Amino acid sequence: MIVLSDVLILAAILFSISVAGIFINRKNVIILLMCIELMLLSVNMNFIAFSHFLHDINGQIFVFFILTVAAAESAIGLAILVVLFRNRQTINVDDLDSMKG
Amino acid sequence: MFEQIIFYIFAGLLILSASMVITMRNPVMAALFLVLSFFSSAAIWLLLEAEFLAIALVLVYVGAVMVLFLFVIMMLDVNLAPLREGFARHLPFGLAVAVLMMIAMGLVVNSGYFRSEGMTAPVSFGPGYSNTTELGEVLYTDYLYPFEIAGAILLVAIIAAISLTTRKPRSTKTQQPGLQVQVRKEDRLRIIKMDAEKQ
Repeated sequence: MIVLSDVLILAAILFSISVAGIFINRKNVIILLMCIELMLLSVNMNFIAFSHFLHDINGQIFVFFILTVAAAESAIGLAILVVLFRNRQTINVDDLDSMKG
Repeated sequence: MFEQIIFYIFAGLLILSASMVITMRNPVMAALFLVLSFFSSAAIWLLLEAEFLAIALVLVYVGAVMVLFLFVIMMLDVNLAPLREGFARHLPFGLAVAVLMMIAMGLVVNSGYFRSEGMTAPVSFGPGYSNTTELGEVLYTDYLYPFEIAGAILLVAIIAAISLTTRKPRSTKTQQPGLQVQVRKEDRLRIIKMDAEKQ
């Protein structure tokens, strides 16, 4: 049988991998967005694990809303990325310093 | 026992594909590995009896969001070389932070409370149980207003994405009302006096 802590440890590993991804891919905005998606996935996995083991459907409702907001977020993020690339011809984070004082 | 084997297979696949996502040189390959990690986590969600959300994850994420990602990656002609510099330099620090975080979270999560008898898997529902029905019953009664707000958020996201990315086309001709009302008769009309033409 699966124990709750198995799923929680899996989600923790996934979250740590995506944090490491944010650290090592700090120049590429696309990979940063993907790492954020992975983080949201691990959080959702925690919610679903608790919903399953506590027999409470409300956790799945929360995952539903997280999926909705994450889809909206990635759509707007990619739209901003397209506009940014059109204006600056780069998506390197180091080059996006026009507001630096 | 069978459940456990399936869980470990998909958990291994998930961790492997997630680490490929963050280390791939090519963003297209990273997006494809992200698709693989979404698929394997959907399998784990199926194992945890969240059938509707597992299907929704595959349909919404793999079908829509990841296609959007791939589309944007292929549309932008990105020079990859400067994006990779500093990869090896930041790798030890990132790994150290990740390992520390994982140890800290693992110590909390692996402690007695979550391993205790009350947290083992409950009796699963029978074959007549529908996860979608129960989710819908709660979603359309208790969570009706958040549901409506979620729809409004999606609408706002659609409008924002479209209005951010549309360029004003140069070929269309439109009226400018300010200039229209400023026009006087002398600008447009010329009265010429001339003799009548003879046949």
